[in-house]
Amino acid sequence: MSNLFLILIATILVNNFVFSYFLGICPFLGVSNKASSAIGMGFAATFVMTMTAFVTWLINHYILIPYNLKFLETVSFILVIASLVQFVEMFLKKMVPALYKALGIFLPLITTNCIVLGLALLGSMRNYNLLENVIFGFGAGMGFTLALVIMAGIREELEYADVPEPLKGGGITLIIAGLLALAFMGFSGIISGG
Amino acid sequence: MKKVFIRGLLKENPVLVALLGLCSVLAVSNTAINSLFMSGAVMFVLVFSSLIISSIRKIIPNQVRIPCFIVVIATFVTIADLFLKAYFPEISKNLGPFVPLIVVNCIILARQEAFASKNPVHYAVADAFGMAIGYAWVIITLGIIRELLGFGTIFGHKVLGSWFEPWVVMLLPPGAFITLGVIVGIMRWLQAKFGGSTS
Repeated sequence: MSNLFLILIATILVNNFVFSYFLGICPFLGVSNKASSAIGMGFAATFVMTMTAFVTWLINHYILIPYNLKFLETVSFILVIASLVQFVEMFLKKMVPALYKALGIFLPLITTNCIVLGLALLGSMRNYNLLENVIFGFGAGMGFTLALVIMAGIREELEYADVPEPLKGGGITLIIAGLLALAFMGFSGIISGG
Repeated sequence: MKKVFIRGLLKENPVLVALLGLCSVLAVSNTAINSLFMSGAVMFVLVFSSLIISSIRKIIPNQVRIPCFIVVIATFVTIADLFLKAYFPEISKNLGPFVPLIVVNCIILARQEAFASKNPVHYAVADAFGMAIGYAWVIITLGIIRELLGFGTIFGHKVLGSWFEPWVVMLLPPGAFITLGVIVGIMRWLQAKFGGSTS
C-alpha cells in the first residue's frame, strides 16, 4: 500500500511529468491561458492517461511480450491511444453528456499529446504491476493538471505585467516554466527514486 | 522550391516561431552529441514521412488521413529507434523514450497535415529538409550552450579550463527551459531589429 502511495507522490511532485520529463509541453504552453480551461484540459488528460495506463499494460503483458513483438510497441501504443480517445469521447457523449460538454475540444487534442504516449512508454520500461501502472498513470495526470493550473494562474497575472517586447509570448512562458521547475526541484528530497 | 526550403530555417522555424516539438528539444539537449543524434532521427523521420505521404496523398481518404499519417510516421520512427538501439546503444539509452516519442512530435504531424498532404513530392521533401534543419540548428545550439555551461565541454572535448565551476543547473530541467526562453527572446529581438515584421 505504501508503495502505491509513494508512486503517486513521486509522479505528482518529485518527478512531475511536465517539469522533469518535459512531456506535455505543447498544451502546457498553448492552452494554459485561463485557469478554467487548464482544469478542463488537466482532468480530460488525467482520465485518458489512467485508462491508457490500464490498457497499454494489458497489451504489453498479454500480447507484445508473450509473442515477442516488442518492436511494435510504439506503433501499437499510438493506435491504441488514438482509438481509446475516440472511444472515450463517444462513450461520454452518449452516457455523460454534462462531462462531455465540460471537456469539450480537449479530448481529441489529447491523442497527439506526447504525455500520453510518453506515459505508456515509460510505464513499459518500469516493471510495474497492473495496479501500480494505473496509479502511475493517474499520478502523472494529476501532476500535469497541477502544472497547468499553476501556469495558468501565473499567466493570468502576467497580462498586467510589463514584459520586455521580444520576450512576450513564448519567451517569458519558457522562463517562468524554468523557475517553476526550479521550485519543483525542492520536492526531490521527499522521496529518493520513484 | 528554394523558398519552401529556406522558410523553415528562420522565418517559420518550427521551434522558435511556432513553438512546436518542444518536448524533445528541451529533454535531450543536455549535451551536444545527444542533440545531434536527435536531430538526425527527426530529419530521417520527417523527410521520409513527407516523401511517402506526399506520394500517396491522392489515395488517402480525407476522413482517415490523420490515422494514416500516424501509421506512416510510426513506421519510420520505429526504424530510427531500432537503428539507434542496434548501432549506438549508449546514445539510445541517453535519449530514452524521446526517440519513440517522435511519433507524436507536433512538428512532424503538422508538416504532413499542412504541407506534405497537399503538395507534390519535391516540394514536400524540400519543406521537410528545411523544417528539419530549422529544428536541428536550434536543438544543437541549445545542446552546445548547455553542455558548455554544465560540463565545460563541447562534444565531449574539454573547452573551459579547470578553473571553471560547472553549472549543474544547466543540465537539469530549469536550465533547459530558461536557456530556450532566452534564445527565443534573442531571436525575436534580432528579427524585430533587422528582419522587419516579427509575425
